[in-house]
Amino acid sequence: MRRLISLAAATIALLVFAGPTLACAGLIGPNGAVNLLRTTTFAGYHDGVEHYVTSFAFAGGEGEFGSLVPLPDVPTKVERGGDWTLQRLNIETEPQLFLAADAARLGAAEAQVLLEVRIDALDITILRGGGAEVGAWATEHGFRLPPDAPEVLDFYANRSPIFLAAVFDADAAAARGQAVGDGTPVHLTIPTDDPWVPLRILALGKTEAQTVEADVYLLTDHRPGLLPAPGSAFGPNGLELAHSQKATGLLLDDLRSDAGMEWIPDSAWLTKVRVNGSAADITFDLAIDPDGGTPSLADAGFLPYGPTPAPWVTPRAWALLAFAVALPLLAAWFAASMLRGRESPPLAGA
Amino acid sequence: MVSHRVLAAIALLLGTAAVAGCGASPTPQRVEILIHYSHFSPAEVTVPHGVPVTFVLVNEDPIDHEWLIGDAAFHERHRTGTEPVHAERPDEVSVRALSSAQTTLTFDEPGDVTFICHFPGHEAYGMVGVLHVT
Repeated sequence: MRRLISLAAATIALLVFAGPTLACAGLIGPNGAVNLLRTTTFAGYHDGVEHYVTSFAFAGGEGEFGSLVPLPDVPTKVERGGDWTLQRLNIETEPQLFLAADAARLGAAEAQVLLEVRIDALDITILRGGGAEVGAWATEHGFRLPPDAPEVLDFYANRSPIFLAAVFDADAAAARGQAVGDGTPVHLTIPTDDPWVPLRILALGKTEAQTVEADVYLLTDHRPGLLPAPGSAFGPNGLELAHSQKATGLLLDDLRSDAGMEWIPDSAWLTKVRVNGSAADITFDLAIDPDGGTPSLADAGFLPYGPTPAPWVTPRAWALLAFAVALPLLAAWFAASMLRGRESPPLAGA
Repeated sequence: MVSHRVLAAIALLLGTAAVAGCGASPTPQRVEILIHYSHFSPAEVTVPHGVPVTFVLVNEDPIDHEWLIGDAAFHERHRTGTEPVHAERPDEVSVRALSSAQTTLTFDEPGDVTFICHFPGHEAYGMVGVLHVT
């Protein structure tokens, strides 16, 4: 049995706007304004199941505030996440930052509602639908989506029509005594064969020159294959490989002791990818092959999703093209050789 | 040799054209503008002046848009406007998500005007078009 473990963890994004709250991974307030600071998300893969943990932080104010997160598949469980998983990963790779900041703690037809869960002051809804359907659902539920939302939602829905919509009830958060900056961790269990971490959604609502910042942690059985490949420093794709080592036993024990994290394996490889690029450049997602192979172009958003890739990119298509070009050339060469042989005067007896 | 039937058809067409060209009022124009991924298509339209033009605005996006048409001063006012919905004026049209709307305008003078969605961020994203009135 193929055993996958990857812990894609990622991003803490704080979507702040004039009052209420924040979330992870991309969205919007009633006036359409979004200020994305940083996202923290943790996704782990084990036996084909992704465990996705993210934190939605309360930023004060009143009313409701929402966030949409594209998912690779349908979750079977949505529950309150553990209390320190995201912070512990941060300590492992950048302890000095953890000390410096509590920021890590901040941590058409109709869309089909698959699951609704209330976690603290968060209303979580899992939706299935195309971009237009999910967008319409969000609009009807008070989200003011930015102008790039229709295209971005289609970008995701064409690969996986599953979205998480989170609405933070700021009034309920205040009534619960949540202070500004307090995060609500959410843990999703998602069986999937195609792990990827959504990055493009982080640019939602941003102008092309604005910066997207995120941290993505991966925990896999082996050193993973990543697409796009991050460099040792930030390259044109805005990705940097900030950490790539076998996970320590202490880290795995710590993670396993958090609520809902008993699935953490005994051995794994920890990778951290730092994202820092302009919104115009972050037009892809991070595709992962937990076994170290080459991830799918489609999972990274470079190709339209589907069982049949564009014919001009398959090896077989290239072979056929080469054969089609070579065949007439060979025939012409052969014919020319024959003609030369027939027309050449005999050397002997000339 | 041309048959009598073909000659009769040609005569009928010529006669119809002659009648249409002799003093009949201009035919109302109909222009369909698609809104997709927060862009107008076409983003450049040409219509004659002095003729009623019906604009049919088809919003394929799951978000609301608006279609406001006018000169530079008109748009400058709307860039700082706060009206969430336009319903009364034919040059200011709200187009709800996944729906369509239409309006009819007559342009008295030749010249260029622009049509823009003034929702936050939409103009900067490219929701701008030009109407040439000839």
